[in-house]
Amino acid sequence: MTGPQEIDTAALRARYPDVFDRPASARLAMPAMIVAALAILIYGLVDLDFSPSRFVAGLNQLGWISLMMIPPDPGSSLPVYLKALGETLSIALLGTTLAALFALPVSLLAARNVVPSSILRFPIRRFLDSIRGVDTLIWALVWINVVGLGPFAGVLAIAVSDFGAFGKLFSEAIEGADQKQVEGIRASGGSALHEIRFGLLPQVLPVIAGQVLYFIESNTRSATIIGIVGAGGIGLQLAEQIRVLEWQKVSFLILMILVAVAAIDFVSGKLRFAIIGRRAVA
Amino acid sequence: MTVAVSILPEQQLAVLNAAYRQAVARRRLRLLFGAVIFAAALCLAAFGAEVNLRTLFTHYGNFISYFDRILTLDNGQRVWTDVGEWLWGWRKWLKMLGETVLISYVGTLIGAVFAFCLNFFAAENTSPAPWLRFTVRRLLEFARTVPGIVFAQIFVIAFGLGPMAGVLAIAIHSTGALGKLFSEIVENADMKPVEGVRSTGASWLSCMRFAILPQVTAGYASYALLRFEINVREASVMGFVGAGGIGQELVVAIRKFYYSDVSAILLTIIVTVFIIDISTGWLRGRLFGKEART
Repeated sequence: MTGPQEIDTAALRARYPDVFDRPASARLAMPAMIVAALAILIYGLVDLDFSPSRFVAGLNQLGWISLMMIPPDPGSSLPVYLKALGETLSIALLGTTLAALFALPVSLLAARNVVPSSILRFPIRRFLDSIRGVDTLIWALVWINVVGLGPFAGVLAIAVSDFGAFGKLFSEAIEGADQKQVEGIRASGGSALHEIRFGLLPQVLPVIAGQVLYFIESNTRSATIIGIVGAGGIGLQLAEQIRVLEWQKVSFLILMILVAVAAIDFVSGKLRFAIIGRRAVA
Repeated sequence: MTVAVSILPEQQLAVLNAAYRQAVARRRLRLLFGAVIFAAALCLAAFGAEVNLRTLFTHYGNFISYFDRILTLDNGQRVWTDVGEWLWGWRKWLKMLGETVLISYVGTLIGAVFAFCLNFFAAENTSPAPWLRFTVRRLLEFARTVPGIVFAQIFVIAFGLGPMAGVLAIAIHSTGALGKLFSEIVENADMKPVEGVRSTGASWLSCMRFAILPQVTAGYASYALLRFEINVREASVMGFVGAGGIGQELVVAIRKFYYSDVSAILLTIIVTVFIIDISTGWLRGRLFGKEART
């Protein structure tokens, strides 16, 4: 055993210049970025009317509100709330299914390995991007103008906004599929439709099923809020109770949402494992 | 080179074929069973959501004509024939859009800072105590599950109308979402450096600072940028409940049937989201190389 060696700092410095003698530009980049980020933050706080006194007063109010929320109590409207929750779950399930059904054919058109022509693909992609750029709540407002107030507008809103998301995700899944099986089908004389049906779909369907399940889960969350603009579901009740400052009912509704989302999480997690296996979920 | 394909004798083949058919039949049966359950759930859902196909079909024209109307100016011309008239309020809208982006920036940054402070307690491998981990996780779950706009609605009552409520709502929601993602990055981090640092007698804080942090910062920044992108979209609707941003203008335009304004504001929102998407994508690519772009 040798004892502790004498460390030759100079030699180390010479050997690892990247570690010891980084150029000033590299060393300054990080602090410069932090300073810039902070500067924008401070500008933002000033521009958005943040003031300590307002913040403290608001926190005070918030404390009162939280106190008034305890204990959660539905009053006499529990049946109404349960019905609204059922409505929300229905909206999420139907909206996601509709979106997936419509998005599948479109996503094929947006995938590079199905449609090689980028002239055709580009407008479809931009179209999907534009749909995704608009929030679900905005779609809900638009659909209310078309089919009137109520949960049906919510279904259509979720269907449209998910259509954009699914179109992108599905086409990415299709692009990630193995081409060898498609070539195999083509070699044995299959048509383009056969290639898609027997070469692509068996590979991408499990991935797509996993994504759809995940979206049903996340749409339960979205479906809770579209009620705020009048598109049905538990959000309608929640917005109403917040407006009339019935805090005990508000906290009860929030609890209901938390429990429902946790339950859906659990179920869809199990289903996803069953469909695509534990490995692919992570 | 030729390879002979060996064909099994008849009896052996029959057994294998039967087994194969049985397996396929069982799978088909299971698929059918699943499909029936799913269809039943859909019917139930259709009933619950008051789906009325007749309304859809009778009013389907409305959807098309709605887009027709929002693309028509007051004088009956198409909007793109007179861009100046269409985008008449661009100064105001740009200001509101700037406010929207700023709301989401400030909200994301505050959320990221809180998530950063909390995530080490929530990660399985670095949390100092199980009860602390449990509490922090439940807290993050709560912040993430309650929709941002519900927080906004409550904050508008507590803090008054204006962008401040929107910022705080986005900050809380981002804390929940980012806290979870951050702690997952920490859970995937290599624990050997931690052991190395701890063996020198370092405290928990130093372990985090010198062993974990260098491994995870890139992932943190990447997720925070992604969240910023999502939050711009979310901030665009905060105005619906009076929490600042372009949403206020949009909801007024929709409710009061200022058709061409609706399309103009939607266009500006979509363009802004595009620009933010592209620039954060570019920034992430620049900062962390291609593999971090998920």
